[in-house]
Amino acid sequence: MILYVLKRVFQAAGVMLFVAFISFVLFNYVGDPVNNMVGQEATIEDREALRERLGLNDPVVVQFSRFVAHALEGHFGISYRLQRPVKDLIAERLPATLELVFTSAILALALGIPLGIYTGLHRDTWLSRLILSSSLAGVSLPTFVIGILLIYVFSVSLNLLPSYGRGEVVKITGSWTTGFLTASGWKAIILPSITLCLYQLTLILRIVRSEMMEVLLTDYIKFARARGLTDRAINFGHALKNTLVPVITVTGLQIGSLIAFSIITETVFQWPGMGFLFIQAVHFADVPIMAAYMVLVALFFVIINLIVDLLYFVVDPRLRIERTVTIG
Amino acid sequence: MTINSTSGRKGGFGHWVRQVADHDVFYSFTRSPVTMLAAFTTFVIVFASIFAPWLTPHDPFNPASLDLMEAFTPPVWVEDGTWKYPLGTDDQGRDILSTIMFGNRISLIVGFFAVLLSMLIGITLGTVSGYVGGWFDVVTMRLADAQLTVPPILIALLVDGVARTTLPRELQEEMAIYVLIFSIGIAAWPQYARVTRSGAMVERNKEYIAAARIIGIHPVRIMLGHIVPNVMGPTLVMATIGVALAIIIEATLSFLGVGVPPTTPSLGTLIRIGNDFLFSGEWWITIFPAVALVVLVLSVNLIGDWLRDTFNPKLR
Amino acid sequence: MALLEVDRLRIEFPTRRGVLVAVDDISFSIDQGEVLGVVGESGAGKSITGAAIIGLLEPPGQIAHGTIRLQGQRINGLPNEAMRRIRGAKIGVIFQDPLTSLNPLYTIGRQLVQTITTHTDLTTSQARDRAIDLLNEVGIPAAERRIDSYPHEFSGGMRQRVVIALALCAKPGLIIADEPTTALDVSIQAQIISLLRRLCQEHRTAIMLITHDMGVIAETADRVAVMYAGRIAEIGPLRDVVKNPKHPYTVGLMDSIPVIEEENDELAHIKGAMPGLQEIPIGCSFNPRCPDAFDQCRRERPDLMPTGNPNQVAACWKYDGTTNND
Repeated sequence: MILYVLKRVFQAAGVMLFVAFISFVLFNYVGDPVNNMVGQEATIEDREALRERLGLNDPVVVQFSRFVAHALEGHFGISYRLQRPVKDLIAERLPATLELVFTSAILALALGIPLGIYTGLHRDTWLSRLILSSSLAGVSLPTFVIGILLIYVFSVSLNLLPSYGRGEVVKITGSWTTGFLTASGWKAIILPSITLCLYQLTLILRIVRSEMMEVLLTDYIKFARARGLTDRAINFGHALKNTLVPVITVTGLQIGSLIAFSIITETVFQWPGMGFLFIQAVHFADVPIMAAYMVLVALFFVIINLIVDLLYFVVDPRLRIERTVTIG
Repeated sequence: MTINSTSGRKGGFGHWVRQVADHDVFYSFTRSPVTMLAAFTTFVIVFASIFAPWLTPHDPFNPASLDLMEAFTPPVWVEDGTWKYPLGTDDQGRDILSTIMFGNRISLIVGFFAVLLSMLIGITLGTVSGYVGGWFDVVTMRLADAQLTVPPILIALLVDGVARTTLPRELQEEMAIYVLIFSIGIAAWPQYARVTRSGAMVERNKEYIAAARIIGIHPVRIMLGHIVPNVMGPTLVMATIGVALAIIIEATLSFLGVGVPPTTPSLGTLIRIGNDFLFSGEWWITIFPAVALVVLVLSVNLIGDWLRDTFNPKLR
Repeated sequence: MALLEVDRLRIEFPTRRGVLVAVDDISFSIDQGEVLGVVGESGAGKSITGAAIIGLLEPPGQIAHGTIRLQGQRINGLPNEAMRRIRGAKIGVIFQDPLTSLNPLYTIGRQLVQTITTHTDLTTSQARDRAIDLLNEVGIPAAERRIDSYPHEFSGGMRQRVVIALALCAKPGLIIADEPTTALDVSIQAQIISLLRRLCQEHRTAIMLITHDMGVIAETADRVAVMYAGRIAEIGPLRDVVKNPKHPYTVGLMDSIPVIEEENDELAHIKGAMPGLQEIPIGCSFNPRCPDAFDQCRRERPDLMPTGNPNQVAACWKYDGTTNND
């Protein structure tokens, strides 16, 4: 078991290194960092001096190691556009994004899994069909359209919920600002989190449903029925467990992709998170932020993947046996 | 649906088409009114887009034909609306119906070609991986797996972002559409590669392939003529749903401001522009393009869904 | 009174191309403690009959008419809950593939205990003891430890033993065994077959042994039913059917089994193939391939009729005393 964990951690580190390298290439060679940091009037000598000082003439390996060392501390240089350390910008924005993503994840799972189970078990009820048709709509509605529609209904027409910003935030421990402790914070997070969770919700619903229906066709379910087990035991004992095991991986990855979709949601609602920061960076070719964002998102994904792998290991006994000990 | 002959690709494909037409597939299609409606809608949209320059009542991109006095005209059924601009006009007096038709065009072009690119890359890499195997297979599949964990939209965004920073400013507008097609195309190749690879591996072990090899047919001909036609089935399902996804990604990128340039607005751009006017009451500028986008994507998704259910023997 | 009585059972599959008849008016019975072998090619309707008996016919298949009686009680058409109580407790089932029959995520102990507590009043720990006894009976070594193992930790033969234990754990009077040895190595097959036979003799359990393998039938069955294209061609005591087959199809079947002691130049076989459900011929369904076919065979469908031997019946016009035939 320890071996399994170590192997996964090792793989994760490898992926991070790879991403860091791409980020490094981006950072150093796309566009000219020096040009972006000094004005037009700087002389050639000044530029050269700056190059030396920044260590841009050192061999690639040295530069890369320096990059990694800095990255591990969270230093990603200075934003071209905002002229502030990327580290600070990220620290400010990260809580907003994480809270949004977290809320959406909970919503997507808490609604998606039960609905998926229901529509998988009861294929032909009108409720099932209704849920399924709505899910198709969910997949066809781009996230930003959902956001705009929600804003139109709840902010513009009904004037119930705010259409931008986080509301009032409270600072706790260090630089973490939370919106969960104020009423306006809660009001502000409702529309964005619904917008963000909808796509994942429909995907999770469909995956759970599809898996459930496949499981119900297996031989062991047939055998369980042939043994006269109750419907409840079959559906919620055997079928459910076998459905959720493969579903874990996929839903885990879906949750990871919430980070990507948060970019859109944050833009629509002007939510002051990392996604919004990133989009502006893309607009202005602000490479340090782009590079930092890439590494952070990769880290997020890698951590999620690791958790999912470990969960898989816990849940599926077939993975636990290193050496197959068969009897007979 | 295997082909037990050493005929070239044409024979294989024609044979496949005939099998489909005879098939339960067609029966199921004609029995599903929703799917037929979706197909009809898609057809209308595609038709209207191709012939947009001739069909649109106005040319929204000719500044000379725009009249600022006509700006902010509401749709025809609202007070002050007129049949001249059935869906209203935007802040510059452009007819919304016309902009939507042109917008559809861009969306469809990008969506279609992006998927084509993905398929080209994916099928090529997948077929070679599955048929030849070896280190090529290992490397390609690792790459594909790694990329699959990242959502396509993020990849498209990153590729797009990098392209922007590397391209000189003057070229950016011209190249924007190609960059977009490239970004979305790159983002989606892994799934085609994986499916094609599995299919190739299955076919590789069949006897007719061994026969072809013994006769001495060149591997490229084998791959093109036999393997590829046989893996097209599931690939087509993915492609249909892929088009819908590509359209969404393009619309999203355009909405975020990093897609097509404003001179050739897609539906996403239109929605972005209109968004500014949502609060001041001119809802139609953003809502109609949004509806158009949803209708387009929904129709394509419905067709894709039906295709997938029909081709999946397990869920019949 | 026989334990199981099947009377004029007809199973149909409505499709968009018309109604397909998978099982066409078959009747047979199984006595208490008896082993009835049901043999025939794939698609002859054997498994579907088994599925219908326990009420697990997959839609769109349905019982068009006929009755199935267990100990005199009619069991076809029972509501789901009533049928569920019969499954496992009165009729046990064994399927072909032991690997896929067991839920990979639950220990075999859990699966056994669950089945036992569903059908009896035993507590969980009592059920566990009974499960261990059963595992011992089916020949799983170190049952107290192995009871907490997962299915993938067993070999194929051992898994099938677990499946047998599961089928027997609620003490049913009848077991329907659908190709119980087909997925196993030949060397294991013999073990499983003799285990099955021994257990059923000890517990006085009847078996409906469905298989395409005559060798398995020859080891185990008391009586044999030969199925062809959804009909029963012949039923009789094992020895009689094997040594003295009456129906031309059975004759062909027995002839096609190569005997090692004899010298054979060619393997004997029956020309042609069993018709698919859409192509069943008029009259006797075997007539296109039958070397003894005559006019009536092509017109009228024969029911099972006596063949001279009192216990052996065959559905063949040759044995119809009222017609002149060669």
